[in-house]
Amino acid sequence: MKELSYVRAINEALREEMARDENVFMIGLDIGLSGGSFTATRGLYEEFGAKRVVDYPIGESSLIGLAIGAAVTGLRPVVEIMFMDFLAVCMDPIINAAAKLRFEFGGQYKAVPLTIRTPIGEHAGADHTQSLEAWFAHIPGLKVVMPSNTYDVKGLLKSSIRDDNPVLFIEHVGLIRMKGEVPEEEYVIPLGKAAVKREGTDVTVVAWGRTINDALSAAQELADNELSVEVIDIRTVSPLDKETILNSVKKTGRVVVAHEAVKMGGFGGEIAAIIAEEAFDYLDAPVKRVGALFAPLSFCPALEDYCLPNKEKLITAIKETVK
Amino acid sequence: MALDKNRLLEIFTALVKVRRLEERLVELFTAGEFPGWMHPDLGQEAVGIGVAMNLRPDDYITSTHRSRAVFVGKGIELKSFMAETFAKRDGTCQGRAGEMRFMDIDRGILGYTVTVGAWIPFAVGVAFSCQYRSTDQVSVAFFGDGAVDTGPFHEALNVASVRKLPVLFLCENNGWAQFTPQSLTASVPQISKKAVAYNMPGKTVDGDDVLAVYEAARDAIAYVREGNGPMLLECTTHRWLGHFVGDNQKYRDPDEIKECRKFDPVLRFQNKLLNEGVLTQDKVEDIEAKIKAEIDEAVELARKSEAPDPEEAMKDVYCSPGEGK
Repeated sequence: MKELSYVRAINEALREEMARDENVFMIGLDIGLSGGSFTATRGLYEEFGAKRVVDYPIGESSLIGLAIGAAVTGLRPVVEIMFMDFLAVCMDPIINAAAKLRFEFGGQYKAVPLTIRTPIGEHAGADHTQSLEAWFAHIPGLKVVMPSNTYDVKGLLKSSIRDDNPVLFIEHVGLIRMKGEVPEEEYVIPLGKAAVKREGTDVTVVAWGRTINDALSAAQELADNELSVEVIDIRTVSPLDKETILNSVKKTGRVVVAHEAVKMGGFGGEIAAIIAEEAFDYLDAPVKRVGALFAPLSFCPALEDYCLPNKEKLITAIKETVK
Repeated sequence: MALDKNRLLEIFTALVKVRRLEERLVELFTAGEFPGWMHPDLGQEAVGIGVAMNLRPDDYITSTHRSRAVFVGKGIELKSFMAETFAKRDGTCQGRAGEMRFMDIDRGILGYTVTVGAWIPFAVGVAFSCQYRSTDQVSVAFFGDGAVDTGPFHEALNVASVRKLPVLFLCENNGWAQFTPQSLTASVPQISKKAVAYNMPGKTVDGDDVLAVYEAARDAIAYVREGNGPMLLECTTHRWLGHFVGDNQKYRDPDEIKECRKFDPVLRFQNKLLNEGVLTQDKVEDIEAKIKAEIDEAVELARKSEAPDPEEAMKDVYCSPGEGK
């Protein structure tokens, strides 16, 4: 095992997949000569050259469009969209084309092997910090992956690039320096599989992305109060691993679903509804959700902190399920 | 460079084929025989035919909602096309795409989704792939005059130019974007003039003169194939019917609609070939009869063909491991 930061793990995954398959190429703003806004692609231009690490002009709409055209004619593009908020600029090719080409043309396109990497921002203002996975989970034909730590980000990114479907791979600026252990040897993590990050018996917390860290801290603190919390990291938002979630709910009977995204209309609502539909008889308390408050996230730290979920809000929610 | 008689006859046959196909599709759609929408290509046939007949089978095209002339020029097979139009499972896309979103990967016809302008960057991506893989294939992006006002058009031309990608930007300018005339929307109505803004050559030709289109396209495709970078070729033409079947064109001057017919690209070419002795009246009738038979057969087969099973609504949403090419 070796210790790596989250962003170096992304870099390693990219390097390994570029070396493994010459049809994999990277394209985005500032990813080549300057190694990426968050250094995720550092060194790759020098190693693989301008043909395979492409600096693109500002224009996310045509960036995705070009990647789609390349993806259906033999290549495997890995696109970087600098901030998740900018997906709003290129929604049309993602949801109206990439997600639908395989279906629409009766499988004549065997695959649209497009990977879109994009980070959620932090401390950067309302239009630079949104967590929008719910938008894309709503679109049949897309896969949505949201790793929470160094080990997962590397294994999941490799799988995403190898997946023949369009995959939205959601990173987080706030996790860039997070350290973690990864194996020396190559490994992949399959998409569509959740992971039990902490075993417990009293309450299930289902979370993903950066919120997993709050969930694990909350679980640790509550353990001292003799409350045993199980933490499920869904890892892939779509396709969702319902089985792992429901098995945990059947064991504990109490659930908190937590995410960084705004609670209203967030993907937590979908998971809560699934639990109500498929595990109602096992519930000893209503499903609780934790998410950001329904307001834009200011760059002003006090306002941002007020809105975002954190360990304390999670602890409060967990305790409410056992009241 | 003069074309030999056989080639002239091939071009004429293709023109007539798409004309009769389009007329039949309008008839069938009006009678309610196939679902969806229909956007007739009538009047504009010379553009798609003149360009597509210069392409190799392994060259790629991206299309619009009004591209049957391109498809016929690219050599599609009418039986599977008609089955697809009728949403039957023998269609090239198992009945899911229809005639508007028609896709035929073996002929480099890449499909369509309806956001105007969206496929222009896809065509650039295809050209990127050809350059990346060091092939000499060409990508042709077809679009109308309405599409040139979109963001993706602008972005695509810039990128193609700066990276010298093998893509031909082919504008069919019929002066109408659905119900709105170019006079209301275009700061620069002659679209080929925009080429200078992207540092690429631009040219305008009479899109109703199939030989003018053929020759201009031949030169443009050769230019692009040789690695000189992209080019913008504008073909001016006339849309005879409304934007779609059912559009009564109340927004359009009735005299203008009548005037359009004078530019009939099929009659024009037919008369030229008759005058030059390349065609005889008998030969014309012979060609027409063969085309009618081919279309009739395709329609009959499509009518008899089965619709997909309802459960196929859930098929091919995702690609499983190992299913990708």
